[in-house]
Amino acid sequence: MKTLQQRKPPSVPRITLGVDLNSGMLAQMQPTAARPVIEFRGVSYGVGDVQVLSGINLQVHPGETLVLLGRSGSGKTTTLKLVNRLLSPTAGEVLVRGVPNASGDVIRLRRGIGYVIQDVGLFPHFTVERNVGLVPRIEGWPEQKVCARVEELLRLVGLSPELALRFPHQLSGGQRQRVGVARALAADPEILLMDEPFGALDPLTRDELQREFLSLQQRLHKTVVFVTHDLREALRLGSRVALMEAGRLVTVLGPQEFVRSTDPWASAYVRAFGDGLESVANRGAL
Amino acid sequence: MNVFRFILHNHEQVLELTLEHLWLVGVSTVFAALIGIPLGIVIARRPGLNKPVLGSANVIQTIPSLALFGFLLPVPWLGERADRLAILALTLYALLPIIRNTYTGIRGVDPAVVEAGRGMGLTESQLLFQVQLPLAASVILSGVRVAVVISVGLATIAAAIGAGGLGEFIFRGLAMVDDSVILAGAIPAAILALAADFGLGWLERRLRAR
Repeated sequence: MKTLQQRKPPSVPRITLGVDLNSGMLAQMQPTAARPVIEFRGVSYGVGDVQVLSGINLQVHPGETLVLLGRSGSGKTTTLKLVNRLLSPTAGEVLVRGVPNASGDVIRLRRGIGYVIQDVGLFPHFTVERNVGLVPRIEGWPEQKVCARVEELLRLVGLSPELALRFPHQLSGGQRQRVGVARALAADPEILLMDEPFGALDPLTRDELQREFLSLQQRLHKTVVFVTHDLREALRLGSRVALMEAGRLVTVLGPQEFVRSTDPWASAYVRAFGDGLESVANRGAL
Repeated sequence: MNVFRFILHNHEQVLELTLEHLWLVGVSTVFAALIGIPLGIVIARRPGLNKPVLGSANVIQTIPSLALFGFLLPVPWLGERADRLAILALTLYALLPIIRNTYTGIRGVDPAVVEAGRGMGLTESQLLFQVQLPLAASVILSGVRVAVVISVGLATIAAAIGAGGLGEFIFRGLAMVDDSVILAGAIPAAILALAADFGLGWLERRLRAR
C-alpha cells in the first residue's frame, strides 16, 4: 500500500470518500474502495512436466501500471496471457473485475481487454484504419462512429489521421507500434495488456513512446499490465514492479523501493543495470 | 507446316476438343478446390490430421494416371460416362497441391498476427475468414495453379478412356503415326497450360501485393 501512496495511481483521486487520501485512512479504505481489477489466486501453469508458473498471487489495482519484470523464460508473458485466457491455468484462478475469467465468454472477455505485443501483429492486409477499427466494427458500431473513433485514436497516439489509409508495411516501426496501441484502445477497454511493446524499437523511438505512454496513462487511467525485461523501462513506467524468476513471483515493489531493495534478485537486477536508476525511478513520480 | 494446315482444316474440331479439355480441367479443379481448401483448413487447425490426409493425397498422386483411369472404369455409376470418370480422376490428382498449399499458407501466417487477432477477441471463424484465409490466399492460389497445369497435361490421357479433349488428337496421331495430328493436340494443350499458368500467376501476384 505504501507504494500506491508514493506513486498516486490515477484511480485514487477519483475515489471520493471525503477523506484526505494521503492520510493513513487510505490504507484502510483501499481494500474496499479499490477492488483489484485483475487478481491471480494461487495460479500455476505447466505444459506436460514443465512447470512454467507456480503459485502466483498478485493483485492489479484500478488505474495502476503493474510491470512484470524478469529475464527471458521467467514466465512474464505466460502470466500476461493468463489474463485474457490465451492460456488457462493448470491450478488456481485468475479473476478479472472480480469474476473468475474462466467462467464467462472468452470472446467478450478479450474484447474488454486491450492487447499489445512486441511484434505488433497488425493485420498486413488491412489499412491502418481497418486495423484500428476492427473490434468496434465487429462489435457493430455504426460506421460513422467507427471513423470518428479511429481518427480520435490516431491523434491520441500521436499519428496524423492521414496515415489511416496506409498499410502497415508502409509505416516505420515506431508508427506501427503506435497503431498497435491505438488498436488496443479502440473499444475503450478498462484493461491493457502490453507484452514488451517497445522492445523492438531503437532507443530514441523507445524513449519517445515511453514518454507518450506516461502522458497517455495520465489521461486514460487504464489498468495496465506491462511485460518487460528492461529494468529502466520498468522503473520509469510502473506504479509497481513485480519481479519474476523461474516461474515464481519474487517480489512486488514500488520503483523507488525496488532500487533500494535488499532482495537478492532485485538487487542483482539493479546491479546489472548499473548507475542512474534512482533518477529513473523518481522521474516517473514527478 | 503440316500441323498448322491440319489445324486450319479441322479448326472446328480443334476448338471443340479444346473446349472439352477446358471443361474437364475446369470442373475437376473446382471440385478439387471445394474439397481441398476445406481439408487444408481442417488439417492446419488439427495438426494430428495433417500426416494422414497429406499422406493419402500423396499416395493418390503416385498412382500412374493410365492405371487410375483403368481402375475406375468398372465403378458402376462412374463407368457409364467417360467424362465423369475423367473428372473424378483429375480431381483426385489436383487435390494434393491444393490441400498442401492451403495447409502451408495458413500455417505460414505470421503467428504474431494470429495471436494478436485472438487476443483482440476475434472468434475462430472471424480469424479464419478475415485474417488467415486472406493472408494465405496467394499461397492457396499457387496450389490451384499447379493443380491446373498438372490437370491440363493429365487430361490428354482421359482420351484413352473416351472422355474426349485434346488427347483425342494425340492418340489418333499415335495410331496413325502422324506427327502433325499429335501436335494438333499437343500444341493447343501446351498453350492452355501456359495461359492458365500465366493468368493464375498474375492473379497470385496481385493478391500478394496487398
